[in-house]
Order: sequence, then C-alpha cells, then structure tokens
Amino acid sequence: MSASVAPPRSISMTFDELKGLVSDRAFSGETLLLNMGPQHPSTHGVLRLLLELDGERVVSCVPDIGYLHTGIEKTCESKTYTKVIPLTDRMDYLSPMSNNLGYVMAVEKLMGVEVPLRAQFIRVILCELQRIASHLVWLGTHAIDLAAMSMLLYCFREREMILDIFEMVSGQRMMASYFRIGGLWRDVPEGFEDAVRQFMSLFPSHIDEYEALLRNNPLWLSRTKGIGAISGQDALAMGMTGPGLRGSGVNWDIRKAEPYSGYDHFEFDVPLGENGDVYDRYWCRMQEFRQSLRILDQALKKLPKGPTITDDRKVAPPPKEELAWSMESLIHHFKLWTEGFSPPPGEVYVSVESPRGEFGCYINSDGSPKPRRVHFRAPSFANLSALPSMAKGVLVADVVALIGSIDIVLGDIDR
Amino acid sequence: MSDPIAATLQARFGDAITGVVEFRGETTIHVRPDAIAGVCAFLRDDEAASYDFLSDVSAVDVWPDEPRFQINYHLYSMTRNTRLRLKVSVRDGQSLPSVTGVWPAANWFERETYDLFGVKFDDHPDLRRILLPDDYLGHPLRRDAPLVVEEVEFTYNYDEVEARKPYAKE
Repeated sequence: MSASVAPPRSISMTFDELKGLVSDRAFSGETLLLNMGPQHPSTHGVLRLLLELDGERVVSCVPDIGYLHTGIEKTCESKTYTKVIPLTDRMDYLSPMSNNLGYVMAVEKLMGVEVPLRAQFIRVILCELQRIASHLVWLGTHAIDLAAMSMLLYCFREREMILDIFEMVSGQRMMASYFRIGGLWRDVPEGFEDAVRQFMSLFPSHIDEYEALLRNNPLWLSRTKGIGAISGQDALAMGMTGPGLRGSGVNWDIRKAEPYSGYDHFEFDVPLGENGDVYDRYWCRMQEFRQSLRILDQALKKLPKGPTITDDRKVAPPPKEELAWSMESLIHHFKLWTEGFSPPPGEVYVSVESPRGEFGCYINSDGSPKPRRVHFRAPSFANLSALPSMAKGVLVADVVALIGSIDIVLGDIDR
Repeated sequence: MSDPIAATLQARFGDAITGVVEFRGETTIHVRPDAIAGVCAFLRDDEAASYDFLSDVSAVDVWPDEPRFQINYHLYSMTRNTRLRLKVSVRDGQSLPSVTGVWPAANWFERETYDLFGVKFDDHPDLRRILLPDDYLGHPLRRDAPLVVEEVEFTYNYDEVEARKPYAKE
C-alpha cells in the first residue's frame, strides 16, 4: 500500500495563498493578521480563525476548519444501514438524539417503514430533552466566554439530570444510539416518566434563575445587544438555520413547517427575534427552553401504549424469545445481523430540527445492504459559513460573543 | 408529477432538463451541467417557484458508471414549504458552474464537494480545500479511494511500516 500523503509542509500560508482572503492592506503591514485558535477555549473546540485587524476592529475573518474531520461519511459507506447509527452520535456530540433521529428517519423513508406512535412520541421526548441539554451547554459556555463564570456551573447541574435520564433509557450518557430503524432499541424503563416529570418540575425555576442572572445584567447586555447583527434575508441567503435564523425574525422551524415524528400532535410556539444580534439569538434559545417543556408535558400526557419498534421483520429484529421456537425469526435475526437489509435503489433527503438548526440526511442506495452515499447536512457547518459576514467590523472581543451565539459544534462541522 | 415546477422548467429550459424522477414523494430534476446556474437563478426568482433557501449541496460517486459524479442541490421554498432536488451529472475532470452567485450558502458546500470529490466549480470565489489539509493528495470520498490510507503499525511491523512513511526518509 502506498501512502498518498505528501511530505508535511510549513503550516503558515504563503502571501500568494492569502491574496483574496484578506485585504491588500495586510500586505503593507497596515492591518494586523491575528491567529485565533485552534486551541482557544472560546472557539468551542478546534476552530481556527484568521483575523485581519485594524486596531481592534475586524476587517476580515477567515475560518479554518477540518481539525476534527474523521471521515464519517466515508466510513458509512462500508457499514450496513443499522451500523451507521452509532456514527451519527459522534458528529454533533451535544445532540446525538437529533442526529440519530435524522438518520433513522431517512432510512425509514427509504424503506417505507411505519414507526409505531409510542416510539415516535418517545423520540420526541428524548429529542426535546436533548434540545434542553444542548442549549444548557450553549448557555453555560457562551456566558463563560463573556465572563459570567457561574452560569456554567448552574447549567451543567441541570444538564446532569438529563444525562441521567439518557443513561436510564440507553445505558449511555452522551452517545445514546438509542433509536433504531423502525423504532427504538427497547421500551423506556420503569421510572422514566417520573424522572422526566421531576426534571420538568424543577427546571422552570432554574430558567428563572438564569434569566435573573443575565436579563438585567448591564455587562451581559452591553456584550450582546447590537453585536453582530444579521438581517433575516442575509441569514437565509447564507444558509443559516435554527435559533440563529429565528433570531433574525425568520419564522422557520422544521418541527412546524414539515412536522415529523408526531410533532403535529403538540402545541408550541416558535420564538422569534427582531434584530438578529447576539442578544436575540440568546433570547430565542431561552424561550425554546420553555417551549420544549411544553412539548414534553404534552408528549408525556398523550404517550400511548403499544410496541416501540415496527413489526416489519425485514428491518427490525424479532423479539429475542421468539428465536427459541420460530425458525423464521431465527432466519430473520441471522440475516439482519450478518447481511443487513437492502433498500430499493433510490435516494432520499430528510431533515429534522436539531438544537442548532436543520440537520439533513441524504442517503443514496444502490440496492445493496450498504449505502452508496450518506451525506449529512450539518447545521453548524452552514451557520459558521455566515460568521465572516457577521464578524466584519466588530471588535475582536465580540468575535468571541459571535462564535458563542451561533452555537457551533466542531464535530458537527468537520464530521 | 407532484411538483408543477418541473413542467415549467421543461417548457422554459427545453433539453437542458434531462429528466424528472419521483421517488418516495421527492422530486428530482436532472439538469445539464452548463444550465445549472441559470436554472437555480430562475427557481429562486420565479414567483411560482420561489426556492429561496439552499439547504445542501453534495455529491455522489457512482463509479464505475459514467458520468461518475452526481451533484445534488437540495432546495427549499419558505413561502411554499416544498423541497426540490436538482441533480447534475459530470464526468471526472469536468467542471460545472458555481451557484454561489445565486445563494451565497453554496460557497462552503461547493468547497466541501471539491475537497472530498475533486469536482471543480467554475467562478467559485474561493475554491480551496475546506476539511482536509491543503497538501492532501487525492479526494477521499471517491468510491475508488481506499477507506484506510495510512498503514497501521503494530509492534511486529513497526520498523517496516515506519521506514515506508514519507517523513522517515529525511
């Protein structure tokens, strides 16, 4: 096997390569080129920015990504459809449930499988818990970037309760891989509803606590209000989705626009900002906490009884006890765990509203048990591509606020 | 045919629209490479279409079939709440027009496609690698690219593999 990686080269870019990325003033020394990251705590992972500064003002901003690229899309092509599920957790590691959901829904659409209502509702409950957990990490880290140290401790305290619920249902705190094609791995255990209810009874007072700390805090307001504003039209053109887009006043939430997994059974509002600045994006996510609680409450009340995975034996394995007496079940079990199943040739694109925006999953099948191509439309990827236009003209300290406000996860961006 | 826009496109662009496929309720419109930017601009600006949002651009390698690369554009219309997929097929080495002029969002998506597949987009403002290092050779998402490029070292063949590595010679 011949290695196809060229000998390493100097990491710094040459002047020629910089042309077109930064203004001509950088070459005469009039402006300063500053490297930010990849090992910088406020870049939320391994994001590197090349900033061109005129004094303290940003003239241009060139993001450099790929430090966390793991080739997940390539790896998917060598796995059966079921075995791809754990890979999806590891992209956006703060919202693995949403990633699972986007992927399994795409395969279900490809196979034409119906998911039992109970499984759909449990999926919604877990995804909304995930949204809260993800927003908590965002709030904690965003606030600590802007020097509100205590927020992180409060937020992680509440997130712990959600991770405990995930551990309860799946055995894993973060990489749950709990969803299966056609339903769920198994039904939720006893005590699940009580645990969610307990969280729901405690959490509203905690939201009040966060807001009490931040809402009227002059430092917080001066660091967020009017910073990095982007108009709804620009945000749309740049491909921004999720609270980043809704902060600019564009009313688009996939849960409302194209209801999936039973979201049309629930009543909730889509919080919208007006100015599209850091504060409005913060405000939108704070309101989403309460909306997620509303959905949780309705989903628990309406949670039907019944199976949690489809009875289509070509997709989902039979119950274990059936293997003892049914030859057919044994064959299905064997086929599923050795060869997998073969969807018809074709392609589907399914998108879900992840905590960060539109998480899309494109699958191209050639009729074999392994996908020909799986592509993930990562919300953070598109949101980050809008950063250069938002960062133009802001202070270098506000770049930190901006990165926090678009809530990127580098695992999601680099895949 | 569920989306009436397919008929409109066929009437307007004639043989630049090479096919319309329906699968699982999704409409795919095959477009000739040279017409893609025009079709996209029309779909964005036309009142009846108003596809104002570009969700995603990605590619599929159907190697060993030819033309081997299929570029997919996933569009979404905020006002009509519908989705549409445009598909362009290109051969290896053949470039196609960029749609960054229509939706700025295409910038990074096209860079990613170029990086992982080696498909070039004409008139792209900044067509550099995005996820992989600048000095990476090849395009890993091609079907004929190996899944594992670097040899794995074990205790019994450590020296042997190490001697083959590019930097070992210096």
